[in-house]
Amino acid sequence: MGKKVEIDAAGVYYRQLNEQIHTALENGADTVEIFNIRGQRYIGNAVEGDVRFILHGVPGQDLGAFMRGPAIRVEGNAQDGVGNTMDDGTIVINGMAGDVLGYAMRGGRILVRSDVGYRVGIHMKAYMDKSPVIVAGGKAGDFLGEYMAGGAIILLGMDTSKPEAPITGRSLGTGMHGGVIYIRGTVPRYQLGPGLHFEPLTPEDTAFITKHVRDFCTEFGMDAAMVLDADFAKVKPFSHRPYGNMYVGTN
Amino acid sequence: MPFKPISQKFTDFVIFRDDSRCINCEVCVRQCSYEAHYWDDTRQRVSFDSSKCTGCHRCAAQCPTSCLTIRRNPSEFRENAFWTPAFIKHIYKQSDTGGILLSGSGSPAEKPVYWDNLQLDASQVTNPSIDPLREPMELRTYLGAKPDIAAFEETAGTFRLKGEMPPQIRLEYPLMFAAMSFGSINFNLHKAMAQAATELGIVYNTGEGGLHPSLYGYGANTIVQVASGRFGVHKDYLNAGAAVEIKVGQGAKPGIGGHLPGEKIDEEVSRTRMVPLGSDAISPAPHHDIYSIEDLLQLIYAIKEATRYRVPVSVKIAAVHNAPAIASGIVRAGADIVVIDGFRGGTGAAPTMIRDNVGIPIELALAAVDNRLRDEGIRNHASLVVSGGMRCSADVVKAIALGADAVYIGTAALVAVGCTLCGRCYTGKCPWGIATNEARLKKRQNPDVAARRLANLIRAWGHEIQEMLGGMGLNSIESLRGNRDKLRGIGLNQVELDILGVKHAGR
Amino acid sequence: MKAPDTFWQFDKDISGCGVFGVIDRKKNLISGSMPISAMCTMHDRGNGLGGGFAAYGIYPHHADKYAFHLMCDDQTSLDKAEKVIKEFFDIAESQPIPTRKTPAIKNPPIVWRFFVTPRQVRPRWEHLDEADYVVSVVMHINKTVAGAFVFSSGKNMGAFKGVGFPEDIADFFRLDEYNAYIWTGHNRFPTNTPGWWGGAHPFTILDWAIVHNGEISSYGINKRYLCQHDYECTLMTDTEVVAYLLDLLIRKHGLSKRMASRVFAPPFWDEIDRMPEDERRACEALRMVYGSAMLNGPFAILVTDGKSMMGLNDRVKLRPLIVAEKDDMVFMSSEESSIREVCPELDRVWAPKAGEPVIVEVEA
Repeated sequence: MGKKVEIDAAGVYYRQLNEQIHTALENGADTVEIFNIRGQRYIGNAVEGDVRFILHGVPGQDLGAFMRGPAIRVEGNAQDGVGNTMDDGTIVINGMAGDVLGYAMRGGRILVRSDVGYRVGIHMKAYMDKSPVIVAGGKAGDFLGEYMAGGAIILLGMDTSKPEAPITGRSLGTGMHGGVIYIRGTVPRYQLGPGLHFEPLTPEDTAFITKHVRDFCTEFGMDAAMVLDADFAKVKPFSHRPYGNMYVGTN
Repeated sequence: MPFKPISQKFTDFVIFRDDSRCINCEVCVRQCSYEAHYWDDTRQRVSFDSSKCTGCHRCAAQCPTSCLTIRRNPSEFRENAFWTPAFIKHIYKQSDTGGILLSGSGSPAEKPVYWDNLQLDASQVTNPSIDPLREPMELRTYLGAKPDIAAFEETAGTFRLKGEMPPQIRLEYPLMFAAMSFGSINFNLHKAMAQAATELGIVYNTGEGGLHPSLYGYGANTIVQVASGRFGVHKDYLNAGAAVEIKVGQGAKPGIGGHLPGEKIDEEVSRTRMVPLGSDAISPAPHHDIYSIEDLLQLIYAIKEATRYRVPVSVKIAAVHNAPAIASGIVRAGADIVVIDGFRGGTGAAPTMIRDNVGIPIELALAAVDNRLRDEGIRNHASLVVSGGMRCSADVVKAIALGADAVYIGTAALVAVGCTLCGRCYTGKCPWGIATNEARLKKRQNPDVAARRLANLIRAWGHEIQEMLGGMGLNSIESLRGNRDKLRGIGLNQVELDILGVKHAGR
Repeated sequence: MKAPDTFWQFDKDISGCGVFGVIDRKKNLISGSMPISAMCTMHDRGNGLGGGFAAYGIYPHHADKYAFHLMCDDQTSLDKAEKVIKEFFDIAESQPIPTRKTPAIKNPPIVWRFFVTPRQVRPRWEHLDEADYVVSVVMHINKTVAGAFVFSSGKNMGAFKGVGFPEDIADFFRLDEYNAYIWTGHNRFPTNTPGWWGGAHPFTILDWAIVHNGEISSYGINKRYLCQHDYECTLMTDTEVVAYLLDLLIRKHGLSKRMASRVFAPPFWDEIDRMPEDERRACEALRMVYGSAMLNGPFAILVTDGKSMMGLNDRVKLRPLIVAEKDDMVFMSSEESSIREVCPELDRVWAPKAGEPVIVEVEA
């Protein structure tokens, strides 16, 4: 159909901005382009349907929280809480993103061109064909994939503002009981959270990584062959009941 | 049954045997070291004498058909809130014998337990709680004197400490096995504690009975104790451990000495303590070279000289009325660690009157001592360790919040290997093989099995401590130590709250 | 010092909120409108019950004097405070802090400033050096003069804070009229002591000013440790301990800012065990000696004195902090959007690592 709406967010409080977005969608828009975003929160929150957003500026906290279906592209950096409990859809960040990205994500895909912060991908979950994916082109902080129950994280460590930093931090995948984390390069054992190990890649893993890396490179104009020409480490839990022996009943 | 004096009729326990299940296998006869079960030749079956039963449950635990139940004797005295049965029975015994009442195990008296009136905090909203199974949670503790200021040298991207730190004991958990002398308990348990301490990265205390030569290998995880009897104290002994502890007093019997009955002195004990076989081993009440605080300073430095200042020196006192002032004196006398043992502390043998009526609760003593040392600006100069009734990990957390650096566990460690607190340790006939040196009884404790049980206990408590810390939004034990704000009192009066330095719940 | 008899009877507020800071390395002056705009962008991080700013370089004509900012319930308490100040200091100038009436700010206290120098002949504390003398007098006033608080006491700097959103506080104090080479701002979400001007951030002592986002769960022991070192916490907010700990560790114990950061957010034991031996011994000693000064709980703090700005996160980075650079200016903030609002083009943007300080110094 192709109805596009443009919104200038300069000086607009987040409440009014999000109302404008909802009004535009109710009036049949399927593409919304917003300019001059400065920290407005909850853009794309709980929005459903086949809609495209193009955002210019720095969106505020909880971008795309509870979102089900739309595609968001941010031309710039994002802050904390991107894709919080996201249900479905795509978020593409042409820059870096903050902490707590993809928390409790239950479907869809988030692509970030450069670094992501701490506690990324906590408690991602999957069921049948709904399986969330996060691909980050830069480095990540501590607690990547904490409590993961399903889905996948791919960390490339390439486009980064911290060349000397390790690709990710401590407590990698701590509490993971499902899902998988792929890291381009090597990670020392002591960074792994308890109950995890490295596994060799299967052909299915390679196909999976290839598919998502290719899409990632298309979005950001990078050379997929160059990115894929490297070893990936695969992190998985070796039990889905890692704490089965922790307790003893008193009665 | 021949006529018995009144003191032997009103026994505490009665044995009940379900005859329909009993197969007369005589396990109970072999297991009971007090001979409460016996083979009745006339009737050709196992029989029992309840007056010998101490309620230790060894027979019931071992019986293959579970036919034995041990019950409190239902023949009760008339209800009397003042003259309770214990007082009545004690007088019977004393008029029979003319003796001082003697008990084993810590005081069971019904007196205030402050742990049960303190509740812990948890984080909600304003501070995230931390899950110790997934995120780092640090319990490591160092015991020893610390300077008030640390100076560092920083050069191109790196840094180092200027000068030296005084000697420390490093503990991976703020828990240690308490002093229980070789003699009051047997070698198998000392070996078990040594093994468990080494595996866990903590320490155990030899107690006042010296250190058996075969355990010197565990020295890095041992605190060697020097008590008033100086049993087994020589130069190698002093240099064998990670610290030396001068025992001035013990919570179960403040102000009086120790008495190891001759029944408990076997070959090994005799050799290690250097006392004759079968004779009683007496520890005098005071150290006869400590009659005033400056004498303590003298002894502390004598030990530091003997160990060439390599290890911390600890001083253990019972929790008495003037504990804060005494603790201050001990720190100023050069001690690196101060240990305070509350009146609930365990013992193998203590006069009952002293055990139940002398000394104060450790919770109050700890709070008062911690306050005093901080007020005087010397809290850093020695670590504070408490003991005397830590029954669970929550007690430990509360102790640390009140100001302790670490705790000793004694009774809990023995319970972990089978003790049922029947309190007859002084007879040397412990059927669980703990407080006895008799060959046939002590082999009931296998050091490897006991070590595993002790390690399990410490690990379980360690996990629980981490959970409680995490719940409070703390990820390191330094931030709990002395943090009274994490406690609230319930059912305490204002004076008690003032002494503990804790607000009432709701405030 | 001996702890007060009821040292545990305190109510403490927490500092959920937002922070912003900017420093110009060449000491070029920045107008107050910049931090004000930045704080407006982060309006939703507060609840209107606390806002504040610190500014350095604002009193060039009195640069050699201590600028005492006071808030007083009424004229009587101001008079009492002035009397006490006169006992210990020579007052060069005494004036109200210029304010503007604004409907958003209700029932403000009297806000006043004195430019002072210590008297030659001191009635008390003769043996202390000048800085300790000033600290002692400030604590003395805060403890003993009912209804009066000295809320900043540095040279050529000042804190401006109170109950209200930061933009309203800025309006009240006419901060748009000031120019400074270092600014910090804070937006507060207090839950325990609403309505008390003294509880807002920044917290200051001498030239130090702290703004803090988070809650210090180790406050109970930090406070007692400070008491042992003669600092008494009177302002019922956990941020106070950060200010005093910095003064103790850096000014009195001679630690560098980097080492002080390691006291607040020490490396984990498993990391320490893997360090080269010299560093391992140093960190082990640091944690042993200064364990009671560790700050547990989530925090992002901005610390300023006249020569630098430092940003630090707790060691598991539970609070956001972003650093950005543009020419000679360095920004630190809870949200990148606040920086972009006042400086849309940036040379570099990054998020610091947990527990690692970012220290920016003005050029000599």
